[in-house]
Amino acid sequence: MGMDFSTLRTLISRYCAGEENCVDTRTVYIGHKEPPPGAEAFIQQRFPDNRIVSSKYTFWNFIPKNMFEQFRRVANFYFLIIFLVQLIIDTPTSPVTSGLPLFFVIIVTAIKQGYEDWLRHKADKAVNQCLVQVVQHGKVSRKHSRKLTVGDVVYVKEDESFPCDLILLSSSRDDGTCYVTTASLDGESSHKTYHAVQETKAYKTEEEVNCIHATIDCEQPQPDLYKFRGNINIYMGNEPVSRSLASQNLLLRGATLKNTEYIYGVAIYTGMETKMALNYQSKSQKRSAVEKSMNAYLVVYLCILISKAVINTALKYVWQADPNRDEPWYNGKTESERQRHVLIRAFTDFLAFMVLFNYIIPVSMYVTVEMQKFLGSYFIMWDDEMFDEELGERAVVNTSDLNEELGQVEYVFTDKTGTLTENNMEFIECCVDGNVYVPDIICNGQVMPGAAGIDMIDTSPGPEAREREELFFRALCLCHTVQVKEEETVDGIKHGIHQGKSSSFYISSSPDEVALVEGMKRLGFTYLRLKDGQMEILNREDEIERFELLEVLTFDSVRRRMSVIVRSSTGELYLFCKGADSSIFPRVVSGKMEQIKARVERNAVEGLRTLCVAYRRLSPEQYEQVCHLLTRAKLEFQDQDKLVAEAYDLIERDLILLGATAVEDRLQEKAADTIESLHKAGMKVWVLTGDKMETAAATCYASKLFRRSTQILELTTKRTEEQSLHDVLFELSRTVLRHYGSMPRDASSGLSSEYIDYGLIIDGATLSAVMRPSQEDSNSGNYKEIFLEICRNCSAVLCCRMAPLQKAQIVKMIKSSKEHPITLAIGDGANDVSMILEAHVGIGIMGKEGRQAVRNSDYAIPKFKHLKKMLLVHGHYYYIRISELVQYFFYKNVCFIFPQFLYQFFCGFSQQPLYDTAYLTLYNISFTSLPILLYSLMEQHINMDILKKEPTLYRDIAKNSLLTWPIFIYWTVLGVYDAIVMFFGAYFLFDNTTFTSNGQMFGNWTFGTLVFTVLVFTVTFKLALDTHYWTWINHFVIWGSLVFFVVFSLLWGGIIWPFLNYQRMYYVFMQMLSSGPAWLSIILLITASLLPDVVKKVFWRALWPTTTERIQSADKLYKGQLSEFTPLAALHPPPRAGDHQRGSGTQRNPQRSDTPNKKVMFTRWQRAPDYRTFTPLLRFTDGSRLSRPGNASSGAGPETSV
Amino acid sequence: MVKEEQEESSNRPDNTAFTQQRLPAWQPILSASIVIPMFLLIGAAFIGVGVALFITSRDIQLQELDYTGDDSEHPCFKCRTNTEKCTCSMTFSIPTLFKGPVFFYYGLTNYFQNQRKYGASKDDNQLYGDLNYFTSPSTDCDPYTRDSKNMPIVPCGALANSMFNDTFTLSHTVNGVQKIVPLDGKGIAWWTDYNIKYRNPSITPLINAFNGTKKPTNWPKPIYELDTTDVYNNGFINQDFLVWMRRAALPDFRKLYRRITHDDYAAGLPAGNYTLTIAYNYPVHSFNGKKKVVLSNVSWMGGKNDFLGIAYIVVGSMCVVMSVVMLIVYARFKFAEDV
Repeated sequence: MGMDFSTLRTLISRYCAGEENCVDTRTVYIGHKEPPPGAEAFIQQRFPDNRIVSSKYTFWNFIPKNMFEQFRRVANFYFLIIFLVQLIIDTPTSPVTSGLPLFFVIIVTAIKQGYEDWLRHKADKAVNQCLVQVVQHGKVSRKHSRKLTVGDVVYVKEDESFPCDLILLSSSRDDGTCYVTTASLDGESSHKTYHAVQETKAYKTEEEVNCIHATIDCEQPQPDLYKFRGNINIYMGNEPVSRSLASQNLLLRGATLKNTEYIYGVAIYTGMETKMALNYQSKSQKRSAVEKSMNAYLVVYLCILISKAVINTALKYVWQADPNRDEPWYNGKTESERQRHVLIRAFTDFLAFMVLFNYIIPVSMYVTVEMQKFLGSYFIMWDDEMFDEELGERAVVNTSDLNEELGQVEYVFTDKTGTLTENNMEFIECCVDGNVYVPDIICNGQVMPGAAGIDMIDTSPGPEAREREELFFRALCLCHTVQVKEEETVDGIKHGIHQGKSSSFYISSSPDEVALVEGMKRLGFTYLRLKDGQMEILNREDEIERFELLEVLTFDSVRRRMSVIVRSSTGELYLFCKGADSSIFPRVVSGKMEQIKARVERNAVEGLRTLCVAYRRLSPEQYEQVCHLLTRAKLEFQDQDKLVAEAYDLIERDLILLGATAVEDRLQEKAADTIESLHKAGMKVWVLTGDKMETAAATCYASKLFRRSTQILELTTKRTEEQSLHDVLFELSRTVLRHYGSMPRDASSGLSSEYIDYGLIIDGATLSAVMRPSQEDSNSGNYKEIFLEICRNCSAVLCCRMAPLQKAQIVKMIKSSKEHPITLAIGDGANDVSMILEAHVGIGIMGKEGRQAVRNSDYAIPKFKHLKKMLLVHGHYYYIRISELVQYFFYKNVCFIFPQFLYQFFCGFSQQPLYDTAYLTLYNISFTSLPILLYSLMEQHINMDILKKEPTLYRDIAKNSLLTWPIFIYWTVLGVYDAIVMFFGAYFLFDNTTFTSNGQMFGNWTFGTLVFTVLVFTVTFKLALDTHYWTWINHFVIWGSLVFFVVFSLLWGGIIWPFLNYQRMYYVFMQMLSSGPAWLSIILLITASLLPDVVKKVFWRALWPTTTERIQSADKLYKGQLSEFTPLAALHPPPRAGDHQRGSGTQRNPQRSDTPNKKVMFTRWQRAPDYRTFTPLLRFTDGSRLSRPGNASSGAGPETSV
Repeated sequence: MVKEEQEESSNRPDNTAFTQQRLPAWQPILSASIVIPMFLLIGAAFIGVGVALFITSRDIQLQELDYTGDDSEHPCFKCRTNTEKCTCSMTFSIPTLFKGPVFFYYGLTNYFQNQRKYGASKDDNQLYGDLNYFTSPSTDCDPYTRDSKNMPIVPCGALANSMFNDTFTLSHTVNGVQKIVPLDGKGIAWWTDYNIKYRNPSITPLINAFNGTKKPTNWPKPIYELDTTDVYNNGFINQDFLVWMRRAALPDFRKLYRRITHDDYAAGLPAGNYTLTIAYNYPVHSFNGKKKVVLSNVSWMGGKNDFLGIAYIVVGSMCVVMSVVMLIVYARFKFAEDV
């Protein structure tokens, strides 16, 4: 009866599909076995099968869906509208002219997306078809992965990956644990331990497993990989046993079973509901500043287009007011045309003009920009200098949309650990009750003693102290989550030292822990393994001590500590706790706090990572209470995290301080050099770290973020305790602004070492106080502004004690400050992901803390030092390249369309196109597309090595300086000028004369072809003039394009094309070329068009040269050997360097050695080697922007911050 | 967008000049030391070409006769509004020998042959001799597709319909006797037009092809009778027709009417008095147009056009001036790059 009842319920619930979505838990019947009668009846839900669908389209919906998505882009939609207008109304140009490029673009994109989707389909199919082993009716049978359903019991062998999210039931190990690596999920290659529930771990064969009668209640799937709550109800006998389940019971799809022969698990989330699938979601698209300028220009051009159409339409009706012009006798109208309403006619005319001029916004610009970005990103991946031999990794490009943004960075937010430092921890010392221990450093087989003046381990400190010392060592041996891997080969990073007879490695997700355990080993206490809940330690006397591991209070970044509760073999209960000093000290009741605190601070100043260790002896009653607290918290579904945190808080108190440890994290190779370059390049570098202030500050000094001359401003809890935040902020801002107030302020262009160089240190708590929205008085609302003002004037900022979310908040705050600077965030760990996603450009370091940062980044590089090339070379190049690309595209389309606009004044505003359809169509697609594309891939205005050597060059392009309105207007005016020269040049040449020696006349198509020929040559030559780096590829495409144009024109006019219903171009081009004056006028018009630009270039280069141009000239002079000469590269030239250079200069240019100019220049060069200042005779508008490093030392003297 | 490279054998990128962006390259700089000589050179060359062009252009003789007749004194004034056949004649004199070959043009002003709809108003298939389109011409020709009796017009369209139909005779007064100057109507259109681009239907006699069609309403004669002297110069390949069908680029245009290459006039028109007799048919009064006749000879650079020569001289001088200015700046300020 009961069975029937529940079946009925199941049926009912199935038909109430609407309701089941509201249920926030799901119930899983293990092995599809209904719970026994009498048990609480659950509502059975429907679950999806285990099919993974990563593809976007199916065969049937590809065309409509893909079309819809493509036409959602504004540009595509615009061109579609133009095309439709051409189809509907009688327009001057055939629909082919806009339809062909549009459909070309659409089809190419569709093919690309279709291919990508096909690959995804294939991958999906492979995954879905793969066989998994499932226990059915007491036997293991094979099933396609996609047929797996929730409730199936799955059998997984070693090195297989889990087909869906499973709850571990039992494993081949007696303790019901298994080891898993989640490398493909979050990149952490360490082995993680998962546990089976006590009651099920004994079921080890398929028959036994088949007997398990249980249900699982768990939450509905959610994407967080590390969160899971559930309950298992096991029906044994009459009494159902309920156990809580947590993420340590959940095996995730995508993870791999390691070190364990087999496991049985029950599927709870399948297919698209697995945590892996839920994490597929794509990141929000980032847009670069260049793209924003491009869109702004586009709007301007759209306005130009519309105004052109409106002007022409209006003029047409003014002009046509005379009926003899509107309808001369030779050009009558049809009756229907006459009767059409004037407004409709005007609107049609407007549309026709729009169509005629629509080429001013070329569809191909979007394609070219996309191709440039896509292909360009390969150069980043191909860069051999960004390949790291050690890791075997090269740079990875996840988003190619941001290449040029790399050249625009103003703020760099960097993580410390693993980014600036190597995250390769080495145990340095520990301090127990004020006695310092340094492990023997083994060096070339010799035992090196620690530095003198430090108490060595041999100094016997007395029996009581010795006991505490051993307790400290035991504490460190027990309080961790390190695993022991007993094999030589591990699929991951090895942390290995030989351990007794068998070779073992310590593996942990935290390198600090490994360093500590290894350090303990060197001090005599070796952690052996965790077996059957017993932790085994080999002590100094080579005896094995066993401790029963009762509870692990795991580490989290909020508490910043972790604890274990163990029972020693004598039955005593201990709680060992280790964590950051700030989180330990408040909880300590006794111990030698003063000495330890002093030592910790000393170590922190040296840049070591410190941890404090404390313990607490628990009475059995207290332990009982602890267990009660924990189980209650863990059983709770809602607010579990909060309850657990509260429970931890209650447990970890009344501690007795044992000592502290110090671990060194060395700076990454060339980190200081990189930071210095970034500073010189005008970027502001902020270090955001979770570390303590002193450690972080020491790293900052070591990495030259702070120099000796830097005046440190502190904004920390320590200070705000003494004064109110308000006062501190105002005082700091006064300090900072005093100096800048007296000088002409040059906002935000970075480092100004003529003045005092400021560095700011702020900690997380103060930061959140600053960021907090105003509560009490109106003044506090200004805190943020004042803070930003201070930050803007500091060359370096260090934010310590930051939570991951705070990192993102800082980035966001700077991003949205009123100057809207471009930000870059770089980090290696999962805690940096939020800021990587928040910043304009997110860069991941392929560090030791997994792949999370890399996966979420826009670019990933193996080491921090690669950032230098990434920004200074690739970023610079791509910015230069794309800005030219964008400006040139607008320019060439003005040149293209403006003559057509002018022609309307001479053809009665009748929308007569000037150029033939083929020319209109192909101008942007083939005649002028490749040179600019290749330019935007190959151009190097300055040699790569110089860019790296001379980071100040980066300032030349800061603030989107090549895409400013004046430059845009210059290009547009140049385009209009060229168009006027071309059109009126041709106009006056055609004016009532014959071009040929046989007296025959040319028609309108010859006129258009002449203008078009001049146009194609002019815009191509203009690009050739701008090209500074002529490789054979540039030669090939530039001259090739012109040749192609000529060949095409000959062919197009040379044949009667059977598929065309008009032959208006027949022989036009040849006829034109057969005439001498046509050749002469083509040469004349090209020259006249290019002349002003060349003159402008030469004069600007001579009178107001940019740093770039100076370097180009200098580079040319020294034939690429520039980088060898220090005066050009270094900021402080040795006095003889100038002579040296003069010497070589003379050698290279003996014929010039007697010019008097030369000496003058070199003298200047010697005095101030800076490019901006070495010709002070000339006017410099921008000279003040650059610092005079020579005066830098006049700033404040060295100041210690701590 | 870009997938991570597969970590196969070695992840190391190819170390080639291309992938490392280190292709050998020529790196020119527009420095004054290059530009100044270049400008001087270009300037000199342009001035030279310009002077040559200008002198050549000045040597070209041009005789222009406006015969619109707007002025009441003008002999053609009477014909201006006359709808009937009207003939007028003008006299002019040539002071010196007008060197041959002399080309005889007619010119129209304020006439928009480049009007879009006007230019599109023709049926290319008809003009290619496709008989199917004789009976059903393209609607592009509206409203000149069919006549009032709904008969198809061949050649249809505004362009053909408005063909210029004034005719001219030129006579030379030799010893008081009018001597007709022979005018050559061949070779006035593009060779490709009458040989390839336009075709007559391959039916002989040509007239049969036009059964069931009408001539354009403005035409006095059907297309197969345009040239009474030469049967092969009729139909769509009639050269006067082809000259008209090649649309002018601008509203003031000139079209070749005849060449003077025959007999005594092959070397040119001798000095003397000439009479131009005009069969005045073509109305231009309504749109304020002007009609004229132009006699011109050509040089290697085509017809008379001072603009090209002047433009060359101007651009050339600009180059020279610029190079001088650059030189001054160079001397005064010592360009940084040219140490």
